[in-house]
Amino acid sequence: MIKRDALVLGNKTYKDISDDICRLVETVPGGKYFSLLFSAKALFILYIVTMGMIVATGMGLMGVNSPVGWGTDIITFVFWIGIGHAGTLISAILFLFRQKWRTSIARSAEAMTIFAVMVAGTFPILHTGRPWLAYWLLPYPNQRGPLWVNFRSPLLWDVFAVSTYATVSLIFWYIGMVPDLATLRDRAKHKLRRAIYGMLSLGWRGTARNWNHYEMVYMLLAGLATPLVLSVHSIVSFDFAVAQLPGWHTTIFPPYFVAGAIFSGFGMVVTLMVILRELIPGFKDYVTIHHMENMNKIIMATGLMVGYSYGSEFFMAWYSGAPFEEYVFLNRAFGPYAWAYWIMVSCNVIIPQTFWFKWARRSIPIMFIVSIFVNIGMWFERYVIVVTSLHRDFLPSSWGMFELTKYDIGALVGSFGMFFFLFLLYIRTLPAISIAEVKPVLSIGREREEHHG
Amino acid sequence: MADIFDRINNRLRGKVKRGIAGIWQDEHQLVAAAKKVRGEGFRKFEAISPFPLHGIDEAMGIPRSFIPYVTFTFGLMGCLFGLWFTWWTSAVDWPLVIGGKPFWSLPAFIPIIFELTILFSALSSVGTLLYVCGLPKVDPPVIDKDLTSHKFALFIPEDDVGFDADKIEKLFKECGAEEVKRSEF
Repeated sequence: MIKRDALVLGNKTYKDISDDICRLVETVPGGKYFSLLFSAKALFILYIVTMGMIVATGMGLMGVNSPVGWGTDIITFVFWIGIGHAGTLISAILFLFRQKWRTSIARSAEAMTIFAVMVAGTFPILHTGRPWLAYWLLPYPNQRGPLWVNFRSPLLWDVFAVSTYATVSLIFWYIGMVPDLATLRDRAKHKLRRAIYGMLSLGWRGTARNWNHYEMVYMLLAGLATPLVLSVHSIVSFDFAVAQLPGWHTTIFPPYFVAGAIFSGFGMVVTLMVILRELIPGFKDYVTIHHMENMNKIIMATGLMVGYSYGSEFFMAWYSGAPFEEYVFLNRAFGPYAWAYWIMVSCNVIIPQTFWFKWARRSIPIMFIVSIFVNIGMWFERYVIVVTSLHRDFLPSSWGMFELTKYDIGALVGSFGMFFFLFLLYIRTLPAISIAEVKPVLSIGREREEHHG
Repeated sequence: MADIFDRINNRLRGKVKRGIAGIWQDEHQLVAAAKKVRGEGFRKFEAISPFPLHGIDEAMGIPRSFIPYVTFTFGLMGCLFGLWFTWWTSAVDWPLVIGGKPFWSLPAFIPIIFELTILFSALSSVGTLLYVCGLPKVDPPVIDKDLTSHKFALFIPEDDVGFDADKIEKLFKECGAEEVKRSEF
């Protein structure tokens, strides 16, 4: 019989699991943590200041112009939304497929989803130019008619898709956390800590009748989040695909975007998990090299799908016989933005091929470097899609170029600060691994007697 | 005044019952004990565990959760609401010609309808979960602080049929409970 790899190392008991995971919340972190937290915070402040200046002065500070009317904001919005998708894939889709290895990484991956969606949400609001009127995007009864929003617009579909995604991800994450918050509450020594975690745990006590409903709802949410996550990035791709612009107007976009989203998201999960394993050595027993290898396999598989999409786009540009379509793709690969195109291809298609080798999949330094390249490559993918399609369309008289200004770069770099700041705060204030979900999978890959002894 | 505060407090704590609790270290012994307790004729007892136990539903005779029906009903309502709302706003309340499309352009409304279906289903499922579990509760009595970490308990309330403290204590001890005590839950 093929032996399964143990999901939790180090012969832990149930109590050890509670202790290990709660200790992160109950102790004061060390200097390494604070230096990371404060660096992230510095970047976050840069983001706030950049946004403030853009809002105060106007969109002219950013590189957007005519004809490239969608710049860093939309590129980075799609980038962050895509990052979020891996979290839902791990927490919902792998749950439905009964992939037990997901349990120890699911919580952090979902947290990543929520923070990535929060960061993503700031970009289109900034892009509106007048963010104080962003509520006009919602269909509420107003005194202008009431003039309703245009439900035929993919941009409005996006409003619904992203806000539904944010809501469902948040309740999925929170409901999953309630039993663990109860664990923290019951362990709390200080009155204030007990009150805070008591409130957050909603008074959960884990009776069999409650667990019965709880497990059902968790499964339902997983079942609802699965089509939701596929719909979200499909709808994001409609922002482009529904337009008539060569390079955007293709039917391959929804699956291509979803594969790309999962690819980039797993890149980010691997980056975060490597950092966490370094920061908190106790994590290595829960997020084992076996988990990392599984994620690297998914990176390679989705990377191949993305590569296939790149090829397929080129084939269709030639096979369709549409001269504008053909020009856009030749311009992508050999025009003024060829550098961006080839960064994208090398990062997303060529570099992940290292994961064909088992030693590479299981080497922490290699996977860290590859995951960084995946993140870079996926940002450039959106850059290529947005900028190269817009900058040269039908009439040469309306061609132009797009350049990043320092405000674009400030917003892009600063958004990482917001993301890492939120993630680092989460890691020491909420249970970073699902305590209640890890315990039932403790016996996997172990001898039964050993587990009982 | 004090009376009102007491009443609010009682309500938030949930219905507190007195009874006997047995505490186990091993979940398999607890499931076996639950089966026995049910065999003795008890019906209102509870099993408390830090994670969902395999086989406890059968041992205690807990039926399959009804929540999927709620989810389906609300999902359907979300779908119909989306259908009606996009139609009413775009074709009835203020029809505008946009891009030469028909006022009621159903294919373009499907993403909105889909998202509302999911949203209604998810929120109603969680709402129902909180309602049937009586959550949120404020500071409900806890039998043992380790029950959310590594211990397992059975609790038989005094109002259960055939409640007999000595008999229950003996039964729990026979089933391997490491501790038996009078408790509130």
